[in-house]
This record gives sequence, structure tokens and C-alpha cells, in this order.
Amino acid sequence: MFGLHYKLEKKALALVLAIIGVSSIGGLVEIAPLFTIDQTVEEAPDMRVLTPLELAGRNIYIREGCNACHSQMIRTLRDEVERYGPYSRAAESQYDHPMLWGSKRTGPDLARLGGKYSDAWHTAHLNNPRDLVPQSVMPAYAWLSRHQLRIDDLQLHLRRLRTLGVPYTEAMIENASADAAGQAAPNTDRAWSVAERYGEATNIRDFDGQPGAPTEMDALVAYLQMLGRQTTIADRPVDEEGAE
Amino acid sequence: MTSELTTGQRQAALIFLAVFAIGGLFLAAFGRADPIAGHGWLVLVFALLSLFGVLTRYYDPEPAADRSGEYYDTPVKVGIILAMIWAVIGMFVGDWVAWLLVNPNLTFVDEAWASFGRLRPVHTTGVIFGFGGNALIATSFYVVQRTCRTRLAGHLSPLFVLWGYNLFCLLAVTGYLWGINQSKEYAEPEWYADLWLVIVWVAYLVLYLRTLARRKEPHIYVSNWYYLAFILVVAVLHIVNGLALPLSWASAKSYSLFSGVQDAMTQWWYGHNAVAFFLTSGFLGMMYYYLPKRAERPIFSYRLSIISFWGITFFYMWAGSHHLHYTALPHWVQTLGMTFSVMLLVPSWASAGNALLTLNGAWHRVRDDATLRFMFVAAVFYGLSTFEGSFMAIRSVNALSHYTDWTVGHVHAGALGWVAMITFGAIYASVPWLWETKDHVVAASRRSPLLARARRHPHLRFRDVELWHHPGPYVAHL
Repeated sequence: MFGLHYKLEKKALALVLAIIGVSSIGGLVEIAPLFTIDQTVEEAPDMRVLTPLELAGRNIYIREGCNACHSQMIRTLRDEVERYGPYSRAAESQYDHPMLWGSKRTGPDLARLGGKYSDAWHTAHLNNPRDLVPQSVMPAYAWLSRHQLRIDDLQLHLRRLRTLGVPYTEAMIENASADAAGQAAPNTDRAWSVAERYGEATNIRDFDGQPGAPTEMDALVAYLQMLGRQTTIADRPVDEEGAE
Repeated sequence: MTSELTTGQRQAALIFLAVFAIGGLFLAAFGRADPIAGHGWLVLVFALLSLFGVLTRYYDPEPAADRSGEYYDTPVKVGIILAMIWAVIGMFVGDWVAWLLVNPNLTFVDEAWASFGRLRPVHTTGVIFGFGGNALIATSFYVVQRTCRTRLAGHLSPLFVLWGYNLFCLLAVTGYLWGINQSKEYAEPEWYADLWLVIVWVAYLVLYLRTLARRKEPHIYVSNWYYLAFILVVAVLHIVNGLALPLSWASAKSYSLFSGVQDAMTQWWYGHNAVAFFLTSGFLGMMYYYLPKRAERPIFSYRLSIISFWGITFFYMWAGSHHLHYTALPHWVQTLGMTFSVMLLVPSWASAGNALLTLNGAWHRVRDDATLRFMFVAAVFYGLSTFEGSFMAIRSVNALSHYTDWTVGHVHAGALGWVAMITFGAIYASVPWLWETKDHVVAASRRSPLLARARRHPHLRFRDVELWHHPGPYVAHL
């Protein structure tokens, strides 16, 4: 074996091929089957897609690096289930390009944050977290309310995600910008069509409490209020599903 | 730098930089409604400054026609200086964000760029890719020339690799501050910066292989196996994990090709192997050269180096899933990741042991020579943090440690204790050798029996001849 290596280390290209060969095995065995084994991601027929406003909020969440301090992955440990709710299932992040499971909890897990607090709480908290949680070390995001949300390119966002397999309909894509504004303007015609396209369960509210065009605060709060609410799969016991 | 290029190379550099400047201008013009425009301007300024740098030296006298008898050390020197600049930036920002965790109001301004979430990746990228990456490129250029007893294969391409890489780092950290971040940890830069890095990295590989092809030693020394693995595997990881669909050619935003559980596994396959092949392989290459060189002892065991090299190259690639214990990732993948992480202790300790045992017989040097002491501390930290890593990868330990500051502490034991210490050792060792500020290298070598052998080979015109690494002696040493 060492004699073989004594020869191998005299040939640069052989060394290159050996390194590529030896290093690819692990990834091939662990990653490739995740795309082919059906049980990897369970069926979630009631799974809904993010609205354009929620998607814009998700992109703000990514842009601000929220995932550096907040996970969105409740592990199958009793203490986590008791604190945050049912553990996260693979189906719940199947439309997440990329996923935001996170790796650090400086703040709490956010996988089931949606509906836990009011919009006013979120706006006030983002404005200055220490007004509501005195010991918090989260940055203040007061400037989100001052930034108008860019909605003119949302069609393109939805279209790209559909290419990647997220089931947006042509109507959703065509009306993406109008729907983003509509979701933050309740009791308008545009708002009704958001509910029509994305389902009655969609949160249609003036999230930041400021009338007018949606701000980045609207988008982020809309996203946070949706977390954990795309499907009810996590509420169903695993056994029942196995019997199907 | 320019004065070492021939007129033809100077012209080629000017043409390339002009095209590059125009590319930046296009990016700025077409992306004017998007944050990408800022990066267009950045590329333009970067290209114009480089253009100016070449032009001011354009009429300098040409270098000698045949320089194949000398090492090309300018890129090494520049790389070391850049590594130190990035070290200052990266560690300053790290200190800054640490204070933000003490008092979040220290942002002073109510602006987006000042918040923890945007500054944190400036720290991680600045330290890992800015400081670590430049140190790796610089030392790899230094080591490959010495261990192959040949000059770097090219004059423009080493400069392209070095400056191109630094442009990537600059695009990355400025991007975070402007809100350009694709959220993947340690792979935060967006698609166009990723593509640029692929181009730079391919040039790096080609340069490295061409230099190896010119070697005057029959054997490729162990440092170069590690540097090769670093270059090759980082390329594979970076390309696969970075696969994304951009919103448009004029937009900084992209969507990852992968989603959910597959994305999580791909990301941590990348993330953990960024640790393996960027922060371990490359720096082991550094250690295998500088530590025995400085201790003036041959590597303790040739066979241990082989076992540890292939062990690291094989086992590490399985270990990424230990970042996803108890998550929605299938249980069998988690178990595989844990198993291989524990097995990884064997090749890791083989390397750490090989390093420490090389110092056997040279402990008086460790005592007297601060430079060697940096490397000794690095080897100890390498052993300790790989032990801690294997331990933390065990599912029940991970239940406690994951999501907490223990991980952050573990990363710092590795990045500061191992990566930074071995780099400081390598830099302290090579700076006097490169700039020849001290005569002690020659003085030290004069006492060495190795130089006596070198003197018997007068046809070698290199001023610094390495012979200790030849497989012959250390096979005999077993």
C-alpha cells in the first residue's frame, strides 16, 4: 500500500484524480439519495406557497442575516417541542430556496412564530426589541418602517421560483406586485383577490399599522406571521401518516 | 509587481484590465436599479486602479530573459501583506460584533449596514476567506516552489489569482453591508461573486498543476497533496453548493437550486468541508512544510502522513450531516455523519501526532524559538479541537451543544488556535526568509547537515534548498 503511494505521489494528475474520487464518495452516498427516496420529504397536500409580500419579507430576513441568530428547525427533543411546538417536518421547508434552518439560537427558534404575537407586537419589537423584552440583545430594525418595499420585480421572483419547482400559478405570477400591495391593504378589491389566489387563511392586514404603500416592515411582519402556517402536517401524529 | 513582467505581459495585463473595467461599467449600467450596481462600480474602480498601477510602471526596464533559476516571490510577499490587512479587518469586526452582543445599542446609527446580522458575515468572511485564504494562497506559492525546486509557472497568473481572489473577498464583505447575502453560512456571497471565484479558482488549479509539472523532484511533497486537495475539493464544494438561479443578469438576487432538506444537507456538506478543506487541508499543507523546516527535523513518519491525508480526504466528506442531528434530515444520514465524525479523530490525530513527534529532539528549539512555538501551539490546538469536534458530533452531545455558543467557541479554538497560530508561525518564519531582513536563516542553515548536501549540488541555483522532505530520508527514518 505504501509502495503504491510511493508511485502515486510521483504523478500529479493521478493524485488529482485520486483526490476527486476519494472525496466524492461521501457526498454521493449522503446527498444523492435524498433526491430519490420518497420518504425523505413527506406528502403535505395542504401545503401553500408564500404570497409575494411574505416572500419579500423572507428575502429581507435573508438580507439582514436573521438566520445567524434564529433557527427555523424544531428538533425532535422534548424540551424543544414543549417550548416551540411540534417538531419541524421536512415538508414544511420544501419550497424554501434556500432553507433557513439556521445553526445558532442567540434568539429563539422561529419555526412556529406565526400567530403567536400580534402585528403590533412585532412592529414594536422590531422597532426596538428592548421595549418589549428588556434583556434582548437583538438589533433594532426601526429603519424597516422607513424603507418602501420594492414590489415591481416580484413577478420575476415568483417566476424564478416556479422554474425551481414552487407551484405558483400563472395568475399568481402576473399579479405578484398588485398582490403584495393588496395583502397589506385590507378591505380593498386587491385584498380580496389575494385571498382568492392564496386561500382564505392568508393574513391580510395592514401589518405595520401605517397606511399607504407597503414598507419593508409590512413584508417582514407578514413573513413572520406566516411561519409554521403553510401546512398542518406537523400537527398530525407520525403513526397516522405511516398507516396511509 | 509590474516591473517583473515583460512588455508583452504588461500589454496583456492592460488589455485584460481594460476589458474588466468595461465589464464593471456594464454591470453598473444594467443593474442601476439593483444593489448589484454598487458592485459594478467597485469592479470598475478596482480595474482602473490596477490599470493605473500597471501604467505607471509600464516603461520600467524589462526583467532578465531567463529567470527560471529564481523563485517568483512577489505574489507571496503581496499575499502575506494582504493576509495581514484582512486579519486586522476581520478580527476588528469580530470584536465589534462581540460588543454588539454585550450592548446592542452600540450600533450608534439607525442604519441597515450597522446591524449585527450584516456585520457578522463580514467578520467570518474577513477572517476565513480574507485572512485564511490569502495566507493559503501566499504560502502555497512559497511552498510549491521550494518543494518542487522550480519557479511558479507564470507571471501574470499568480497575480491574477491573488488579486482576483481579493476582489472576490471585497465583493463579499461589501455585499453584506449593502444587503447582498444568499444566507448560506460561509457561502454568503451571491451568484456573480461565486462565478468570479470559480474563474479565479480554476486559474489557481491550472497554475498549481503547471508548477508541479515543472518540478525537479520526482516526488510530490506531502504539503502539496494537501494544497491540491484544498484547491480541488473547495472548487467542487463551492460549485455544487452555489448552484442558483439568478433573478436576472442585472440583479444580485438568486434562488438556490436546492430547497428544504436537500438544501440543508448540501449546505452542511459544504459548510463542514469548508472547515475540512479550507481550514484544515490547506493549513496542514502549511504545517507540513514550515514546522519541520523551522524545527530542522524531518517529518516523523511518512506513513502517518499518508494515512492521515487520505483519511481526512475520505472521512470528512461524510461528516457534514452532524450539523443536522434531530432535524428533519433522515435519521440514517445523521447516523452516517456522526459515525464518520468520530472516525475522523484517527486521521486528525495522526496529523497532530506527526507534527508533535516531529518536534521530538527539537524541544529546545520550541523553548527558544517563538516562531516554532506558534506552530507547536497550533498543532496542540489542532489535536484538541478535532477531538472536541468529534465529541460534539455525537448525537447526544450535540443535543446539548447545537444552537449554542459552544459551537462558536469550538470554531474559535479551530480558527484562532489552529488556523491563525499556524499562519502566524508560517508568516514569522517566511518574512525574514523573503525580505532577507535577518541573516539568521543562512546562519542556521550553515549548521545544518542538509545544507552540506545542498552544497554538493552546485547546479541548484536556488538560494534556499530543501532536502529534508525527500521521501528517502523519512522512509529510512521509520
